[in-house]
Amino acid sequence: MENPLKEEELKDHITISYKPFAKYEYSAGQAISKYLEGLKEGKIIGRKCNKCGRVYVPPKMYCEDCFRPTDEWVEVKDEGIVETAVASFISWTREKIEEPEIVGTIRLFPSKENDYVFPGVFHRICCSYEEVKNMSIIGKRVKAVWKSQRKGDVNDIECFKVI
Amino acid sequence: MRKVGVIGAGLTLFRRRMLETPQELAYIAASRALDEAGLELKDIDCVVIGSAPDAFDGVHMKGEYLAKAGGEKKMVSRVYVGGATGVMTAISAWYHVASGLCEKVLAIAEEKMSPARPHPQSVFKYIWDPITEKPLNPNLIWIFAMEMHRYMAKYGIRKEEIALVSVKNKRNAMNNPYAQLPGNITVDDVLKSEVLVWPVQLLDVSPTSDGAAAMVVATEDVVRRYTDTPVWIEGVGWTLDNTSWPGRELAYPRYLENAARMAYKMAKIERPYKEIDVVEPYDPFDYKELHHLEGLMIAKKGEAPTLLKEGVFDIDGDIPSSPSGGLLGVGNPIAAAGLMKTISIYWQLKGIAGKMQVKKPVHTGVAQAWGDLMQASTVIVMRN
Amino acid sequence: MVTKLEKVGIIGAGWYGFRPQVKDLSFREMVFEAASRAYESSGIDPRKDVDTFVSCQEDFWEGISIADEFAPDPIGGAMRPTMTVPGDGIQGIIHGAMQILSGVSKVTVVESHAKPSDIEKIDKIIELGMDPLFSRLGVNVNFLAGLDATKFMKNYGIKREDLAEVVSRNLSSGFKTPRSSFASKVSVEDVLSQDFLVYPLSTMDIAKYVDASIVFILASEEIARKYDPVWIEGMSFSTAEKLGEAEYLSIASRQAYKMANVKPSQVDGIFVDDRYSYKELQHLEALGISSKEFLRDQNIEVNPYGGHLAKGVPLEASGLSLLLDAVDFIEEGHESAIVASWRGIPTYTGSVLVVRK
Repeated sequence: MENPLKEEELKDHITISYKPFAKYEYSAGQAISKYLEGLKEGKIIGRKCNKCGRVYVPPKMYCEDCFRPTDEWVEVKDEGIVETAVASFISWTREKIEEPEIVGTIRLFPSKENDYVFPGVFHRICCSYEEVKNMSIIGKRVKAVWKSQRKGDVNDIECFKVI
Repeated sequence: MRKVGVIGAGLTLFRRRMLETPQELAYIAASRALDEAGLELKDIDCVVIGSAPDAFDGVHMKGEYLAKAGGEKKMVSRVYVGGATGVMTAISAWYHVASGLCEKVLAIAEEKMSPARPHPQSVFKYIWDPITEKPLNPNLIWIFAMEMHRYMAKYGIRKEEIALVSVKNKRNAMNNPYAQLPGNITVDDVLKSEVLVWPVQLLDVSPTSDGAAAMVVATEDVVRRYTDTPVWIEGVGWTLDNTSWPGRELAYPRYLENAARMAYKMAKIERPYKEIDVVEPYDPFDYKELHHLEGLMIAKKGEAPTLLKEGVFDIDGDIPSSPSGGLLGVGNPIAAAGLMKTISIYWQLKGIAGKMQVKKPVHTGVAQAWGDLMQASTVIVMRN
Repeated sequence: MVTKLEKVGIIGAGWYGFRPQVKDLSFREMVFEAASRAYESSGIDPRKDVDTFVSCQEDFWEGISIADEFAPDPIGGAMRPTMTVPGDGIQGIIHGAMQILSGVSKVTVVESHAKPSDIEKIDKIIELGMDPLFSRLGVNVNFLAGLDATKFMKNYGIKREDLAEVVSRNLSSGFKTPRSSFASKVSVEDVLSQDFLVYPLSTMDIAKYVDASIVFILASEEIARKYDPVWIEGMSFSTAEKLGEAEYLSIASRQAYKMANVKPSQVDGIFVDDRYSYKELQHLEALGISSKEFLRDQNIEVNPYGGHLAKGVPLEASGLSLLLDAVDFIEEGHESAIVASWRGIPTYTGSVLVVRK
């Protein structure tokens, strides 16, 4: 028979702690390297498949629909529409945070309202909790706020802000 | 196609933290499944293991580690599709038998989420793209909250309507002896619970759990020899959407529709809303059950909340949904939870679900799981 | 178990990398390159002609939790039935074959890839694969191979010179394939002059890691007949923990031979995991081939293209690397081959395929 424990009962039993040494140096590759270089210059770079016209942001060297190499680099607008937005009151380790962190996904242009797939990014959104709660932020047009010191990192964008 | 059936299943209790090691949990569930089947481990020729991220149990190659709880000297391997793994484990057991390679297969799913430090949540930071997403320090609930809000925005669904799922499932779980969080709660309780990531609140979410589940799947010959009340696996389907979730419409799970169509075609189901008697859609969050009922084509897009309100998905309704109590009520040891859903349908169809047994007679049941970056779904159709 | 089944055919294969570091491409781009080559070799369009996709990888090799999220796109598997077998590529091939034999698929693609060059300290990841309560000793992880080798050598009368001969022969056989990053002319004396890393193994006895991606296309008997396939006639895998012997391969090979109705002596080439020199001999014994006889009689074709010692270990793609060699071997005019893979330390898991023209 199994034995459920309460948190405080854990100390009555032997536990072994182990901290994994799991460290990596991910190869960004052709597509993401170019994307990061673009961010450093304050640009959002995508990659286009000339067969179906789909634009990939972040870029991919291959079109997953046509299964062929994508054809050209394109700079997309740093503007788009908020598809969804949420306000987080917990950190990634599930500690409580007072001021909510607001993030969401942004459908970048060129794209159309009813597209199922589109160039899209996941990022912070600079707006109030109230605008998330009453859902007014969803569907709003936003633009990237760039940091002045950029490193070639997704955090080169401070957030997306309503225009 | 060869006919394949289920002859036994077993669960451990689902709890926040268990004394037992992952191997011991797997062993307990496997023993119960073998007992119900009337078999011993030596009768089993192949073992399929299901477990979700290795980071939870803190073991690299978790399949190798879990193989020691029943797989030793057998044809044993692990399958993996993130949160959708539990049902994939049953699907894989099915094709082990349907291929003709194996006769009696033991499917075991296990997850021990409690050992992760500082909190099981922290493990989820590493499921995001390491270069384009992880630097934003995401937590898992963001992903659900984003999908939930998109679903609400697109179809004009209110939180009160969604909270009814949590109320129903926790109530159903009161009949389930393995359940971690059964209870009679109200919509108001959900709406007043702690806000985690708006629109997700504490009672919208399934808990962190330890637990295991196991099922015995066998050839037609074996099934007929061991039981007079066979339950057959008649349809399986699975689909993975692309990795780029920020570039997808999140209001509707098109990948689930694909997986469901694959399974329905095999099971010759043409009108899912008429032909399915009982369903266990994956419900790690309350809105997910509605989302999945739509992807399974049991409800039209955006209309699952209306049917829920009308009582269609209640335990005495037309299409009882999550009669087990689901992940919200029973708990969510990821892969084990998906297999638990499959087992719930098997017990319903065999008529041995005890207090969980739905009121109407049932002949066709469906279990479903979901995972990865809002991209994976697995579907299994069973009949008696 | 049922033994007489329809056959499954291998109708295409592609690979990329096999270099110590492929730093200019991400793992996804490497997988796309291998997949493109596999589809080109067979004229298969993954968006139309393929029913199911199988990927073989492990989270901690990738450095991504739930790494199977990244499986579908670069193989053409997005919005299609794609799933992961966290195991060696040959286990993936067998899952793919089962999907075909069950009738749920007619054409299945199996992928595996490895980017060990992205991992800072791979030995620490291997240690994480050991039992969390009593096996993580913080010592050189090769100690397990040392224990296993010592016991095996004692039981079978294998000498240190025999291991050196395996190293010497496999490194020079590597010149026969473009996949060998480590092919070289090394004498038995060169190997014997090395210091031990873990007795009885020197660094030369241990294969190095490589970045690689490999894709295979499998088809049902009916479809495969339209191509020029290599048939999979026997298959199995197993896990069995026993020091000094590769019992996992004894169990798996018995099953595979029964299914293919062959004896190992009737097969032309043996492609076997040799990531430690002694493993080649230990694996042969498990497959029912006397290692003594092999060392004496150079006519038995074992790892004719040099195994992992010459080509390196691409983690879960290692079994597929052996299968690539076996397919090349058959395309050069031979009839049949046995492929026997192992998942490496600390596992006791291996897979066996019997393939034939």
